[in-house]
Amino acid sequence: MFGRKSERIIVVGAGQAGVQAVASLREHGYRGAVVMVGNEPYPPYQRPPLSKAYLAGDFERERLFLRPDSFFAAESCELVLGMPVMAIDRRAKRVRLADDTTLTYDRLLLATGARPRLIDRASTRLEGVHYLRGIDDVDALRPRLVPGAKLVVIGGGYIGLEVAAVAAQRGAEVTVLEASERFMPRTVSPIVSAFYEEVHAAHGVRVMVGAKADGLEGGDRIAAVHAKGERIPADVVLIGVGVIPNSELAEDAGLECNDGIVVDEFARTSDPDIFAAGDCTNHPYLDGARVRLESVQNAVDQAKAAAAGLAGKPHAYREVPWFWSDQYDLKLQIAGLARPGDVTVLRGEPATRKFSVFHLRGGKVAAVEAVNAAQDYIIGRKLIASGKAVAAERLADTKVAIKSFG
Amino acid sequence: MPKITYIEDNGKAHTVDVPVGWSVMEGAVKNRVPGIDADCGGACACATCHVYVDPKWFEKLPPREEMEQSMLDFAAAPLQETSRLSCQLKVTPELDGLVVRTPKSQH
Repeated sequence: MFGRKSERIIVVGAGQAGVQAVASLREHGYRGAVVMVGNEPYPPYQRPPLSKAYLAGDFERERLFLRPDSFFAAESCELVLGMPVMAIDRRAKRVRLADDTTLTYDRLLLATGARPRLIDRASTRLEGVHYLRGIDDVDALRPRLVPGAKLVVIGGGYIGLEVAAVAAQRGAEVTVLEASERFMPRTVSPIVSAFYEEVHAAHGVRVMVGAKADGLEGGDRIAAVHAKGERIPADVVLIGVGVIPNSELAEDAGLECNDGIVVDEFARTSDPDIFAAGDCTNHPYLDGARVRLESVQNAVDQAKAAAAGLAGKPHAYREVPWFWSDQYDLKLQIAGLARPGDVTVLRGEPATRKFSVFHLRGGKVAAVEAVNAAQDYIIGRKLIASGKAVAAERLADTKVAIKSFG
Repeated sequence: MPKITYIEDNGKAHTVDVPVGWSVMEGAVKNRVPGIDADCGGACACATCHVYVDPKWFEKLPPREEMEQSMLDFAAAPLQETSRLSCQLKVTPELDGLVVRTPKSQH
């Protein structure tokens, strides 16, 4: 058993990583006090459904919460909600909360997540302009997505496209503005981008790529978006242009930060008593390069590693990352991280709405993108983990069963 | 409210109330019933919510769709005839009394 009862671990952030860390700490037999402090007024909840079923109105709020209320008392975790942490005093080992009270810690876990990148300050003051990160954002956006509403989505990434899909299916008139040359430029290959551009267009969405939003027009409320020399009327605007890691607390406290709170594979920061996990971190990838991942999988698995470390049983976080996105009736599943120079292998035909793209590096699968092709995704994940060599021509040949590669 | 029974690999049974419209997976996770991991939160993206449905109940469930079938093939625990991904099983009033067994491990 580890951890004297008199010790206290404070978890800063009441999200996916935070709640996983609490559960894992107790599973490891940690006996000290655990306090979780979150800035939102909600207990930990899952974010993926926010831009999908929850926005569509198909998912009750109750179902978003990651654990039942009884979990916190049962695991002896004190929950402090609606209370931002303002500062960390590493010498005195205490944190200062927004109400100016302080809490001492023996060890700390930073699971502060990330926040939407703003296109500019003015965007947050114009009525009808929305970002999407939390429950409150979606509750404010949903009533605007009515039949005939002119929705302009700025950003053709997961958030923007998932919202576009929900809105289009609710009868809104949707325009998506993507600044780069294709949809989801950071996360999928050109074949998959093109496929999704066509799918959205087929649902009546106006797809504009190479279209950076130049300005938002409106007095008190939004009237139009300007892009590519065009004035696009808008009743509602949804902006999804990425997130920024919430690393300010760590930076101000003198912890090493570089596109996120820098941690090693054991989720340790530059302070031996402080760990970090989830969207807020910058950490080693499988090949040693550093990455910042924005995903449920990373939050959960990295939190497990952090908890193990906090419980005195250091565990290296070394998992193949995976992601998914639901748009219309299509499930996009991705594993691994593609890099320029990878050999891409298409398996199946996009026209059938069921296909995959494998990324090979040194003759091995480094990443896979699968559209309604769960078997390809799972086998791809296994191959990334095993490092087994594959022949590109066989992978491309749908007459060769995907299971034979496993 | 329908009652769902989850029986762990060690034989311990848990019977809980699960609202109509929730998934069998959510019923377990929200009631802290061990044995179902649900890494992806119910998106049919991870196969860690694998359960063995009691044979008496198996026929009463809507059949597996292609996505579930594909993902099931790669569940960690051995597949049985009544294997299902519990995130895909929607609770209805007709499923009151449903019994499922959870595998020893989901990984």
